[in-house]
Amino acid sequence: MKKITWALVATVVTLVISAGFAQASTKEEVQKRGVLQCGVSTGLPGFSIADEKGNWAGIDVDVCKAIAAATLGDATKIKYVPLNAKERFTALQSGEIDALVRGTTWTLTRDSSLGLNFTGVNYYDGQGFMVTKKLGVKSALELDGAAVCIQSGTTSELNLADYFKEKKMTYKAVVFDTHDATAAAFDNGRCDVLTSDQSQLYGLRTHLSNPEGAIVLPEVISKEPLGPVVRQGDDAWFNIVKWSLNAMIEAEELGITQANVDEMKANSKNPGVRRLLGLEGIAGKGLGLNDDWAYQIIKQVGNYGEIFERNVGADSPLKIERGLNALWSKGGIMYAPPVR
Amino acid sequence: MSNSSKKQSWWNNARNRSLFFQVLLVAMLVGFFWFIGSNTLANLEKRGISTGFGFLSLKAGFGILQSLIPFDESNTFGRTFVVGLLNTLLVSALGIIFATIIGFTAGVARLSNNWLIAKLAGIYVEMFRNIPLLLQIFFWYFAVLRALPSPRQSWSTGDIAFLNIRGLYLPEPVLGAHFNLVIWTFVLAIVATLLIRRWARKRQDETGQQFNMWATGLGLIIGLPLLLFFALGAPLSWDIPKLQGFNFQGGMTVIPELTALLVALSVYTGTFIAEVVRSGILSVNSGQTEAASALGLHKSKVLKLVVIPQAMRVIIPQLTSQYLNLVKNSSLATAIGYPDLVAVFAGTTLNQTGQAIEIIAMTMGVYLFISLTISGIMNWYNKKTMLVER
Repeated sequence: MKKITWALVATVVTLVISAGFAQASTKEEVQKRGVLQCGVSTGLPGFSIADEKGNWAGIDVDVCKAIAAATLGDATKIKYVPLNAKERFTALQSGEIDALVRGTTWTLTRDSSLGLNFTGVNYYDGQGFMVTKKLGVKSALELDGAAVCIQSGTTSELNLADYFKEKKMTYKAVVFDTHDATAAAFDNGRCDVLTSDQSQLYGLRTHLSNPEGAIVLPEVISKEPLGPVVRQGDDAWFNIVKWSLNAMIEAEELGITQANVDEMKANSKNPGVRRLLGLEGIAGKGLGLNDDWAYQIIKQVGNYGEIFERNVGADSPLKIERGLNALWSKGGIMYAPPVR
Repeated sequence: MSNSSKKQSWWNNARNRSLFFQVLLVAMLVGFFWFIGSNTLANLEKRGISTGFGFLSLKAGFGILQSLIPFDESNTFGRTFVVGLLNTLLVSALGIIFATIIGFTAGVARLSNNWLIAKLAGIYVEMFRNIPLLLQIFFWYFAVLRALPSPRQSWSTGDIAFLNIRGLYLPEPVLGAHFNLVIWTFVLAIVATLLIRRWARKRQDETGQQFNMWATGLGLIIGLPLLLFFALGAPLSWDIPKLQGFNFQGGMTVIPELTALLVALSVYTGTFIAEVVRSGILSVNSGQTEAASALGLHKSKVLKLVVIPQAMRVIIPQLTSQYLNLVKNSSLATAIGYPDLVAVFAGTTLNQTGQAIEIIAMTMGVYLFISLTISGIMNWYNKKTMLVER
C-alpha cells in the first residue's frame, strides 16, 4: 500500500536523521518517558489484537505487559504500535519502538544482519496449511498445482518455496500485505490453500465466513520459534526483556500464579520462589530494576501457563494444545534458565 | 562609467556576488547530503545492520505469481527487482492505453448533443473521479471477483477460453517453424505503409491528387502477412488450457489481480482524462469550427483537421500529469497482491534482506526514472504540436 510505503520512507528518514545523536540506554529512556513503546501485529487473534474499545490482548501483548511491569512497575503503561510484517524491523531499528513482540521468527539472518537481537521464544510454532473441506485434501502432499494465499514479508514465503521444491510440486503464491487481506482472498476462493504459522491459521479461521468449512492439514513444514526482539548493542535492555519472559516461565514451573503470588510471597519457604519474588539472592540488582520486578510481572500479568491458556489455549476461542509450548518438565520445550 | 567600475571593489560586482552565493549554496547542499550520507553509514555500521548492494546477487528463494521473464525460487534478489519492474511497466502501459481510450471517448461523449450520452458520460466522470482509488481497487478485486465461479464451474467459450475466480485462461499460440517470417513481413508492411502515406501526402499537396490509403494499408499490413502465413502451411498451433487437479494448466493466464488493478486504474484515470479532453475541445474558439464549416469541410474533417490539433495543445501537458499519476498509483497493487515493484521488491525482498535504505532508494529511483521518461516523451510531443508563432 502507498500508505505503508510512506511509513517505510518515514522510518528510513528517521533512521537517517537520528544518526549521530548519542543513543541513551533504552531502559532509562523508557523509565524517563514512563511508557513502553511495544511493536505488535495489526491484529492477530490470540497474539495481539485490539478489541472494540482499543484494549489490546494476546500472548504477545502479555509479553509487552510483562516488560512494562518489570521496568515501570505498571503493566498498563504501554503504547502499542501496530506494525505489518514489512515495517516491523525498520520500526525497531529506527527506535520507533523499544521492543518488538509480533510473532517474529528467530532466524540467523534476522539475528545477525539486521542489527537486532532475539531475546527468547514465547511461542514455538511451525508453518502449516489450511484448506477448505470442499477441496477434499487430506495431506499437504496432495497440493501440487495449488494457488496459495500468503502474507508478504514472512518466513512462510521461503518455507513454502522450499517445501514445494523438495516435494517436486508446483504452486502459485498470491501475496498480500495484511492478515485480513490474505484471509479475505482465501475466503473468496482466490486460493486453494492459506499458509501461515499454525497458530495463526487457527486465529484466522475464526475470521472466515464459515470457520467450520476449513481444516488445518496435519503437516508442519518448518520450525518457527517466535520471540521478542530488541535492538543490538543495548545489553542491559536485552537482559530485561529476556528475563521478563523467563520470569513468567519460571513462575509457572514453581507454581506461582496471579492468584497465589501474594500468599506465596508472604508464606512460601521454597528458596526458588523466594529468589524469584526478590526476597533472597540477587533480586533486581543485576538487571537494574526494583527487587520485586518479577513479583510485579506475575501479579499484573500472570505466569506463562496462564497467559497461554487465556490467549490461545483452552480458555480462548483458539483452543490450541500446549504441545511444544508445555514446560520441559511436562513434555514440552519451554525452559527458563535458573533464577539464582 | 569605466572609471567607476574600476573603482568598484570585487565584492560589489553584481556578477561576482551572485556567483559567490551560488557556489556557497551548492557547497552547502553537497555538505548537507554528505553529512546525511556519512552519518547514516556510520550509524548503520554501529548498529550492526548490513549495507551495500551485495544482497542483489543472493538467492531469493520465494515464488512470484506473475513474471514476464522466466523466474523461479533459485533466481537472485536482483532478478526479483527486474520481475517487479516489468510487472509495474506492464500494468502502467496497459493502464495508459485503456485510460486514454476511455478518457477520450468519455470526454467527447460528454460534449455530445445527444442528451443521454452526455449525461451518462457525466455520471461516469463524477462518480469514479470522486471515490478514492484504493477503495475502487478493493471493489473490483473483492466485490466483483467474488461473483466469479470456482475453477470447476468456470464459464467457458467453446471450451477454449475459461473464466473463473483464479483468472482468465486463454489458449496460448505456439509458434511453428518460420513463423518469425510472418512477423517480419508484418513489421516491414507497417514501415512500407508509413512511407507510402508520406509520399501520398506530398503528392496531394503538390498536385491535389488523392490516394486510397485505406485499401493499400490494409492490403499491405493484413493481407501480405496472411498470404505468407498460408503459403508457409499455417505454422501455428494453440495450447488450450485444460482442467487438471486444482485448476487449469497450459495456455495463458491473466491473473485477476492484474485485471482488477488495470480496470481500477483505467476507469479512475479515464475520468480525469475525460475532463482534460473536454477542456481541450472547449478551448478551441467556436469561430474556428464555423469558419471551417463555411469553407465547406465535412463535419468529421472539421474535427480532425481543425479542432483536435488545436485542442491537443491544451490536452497534452495535462495528459502527461495523468499518465504520471497512473504509473505512481500502480504501486497500490500491493493491497490486492499484484506482484508489482513495490509488492515484490520493496515488499518481500525488503523483508527477506532487511536492507530498507538501499531497496527504498532503488524503488524511488525507478519511479523517478519512469516518470521523467514519460514526461520527456510527452514534452517532445508537445513541442512538436505547439503553435508555431510567426
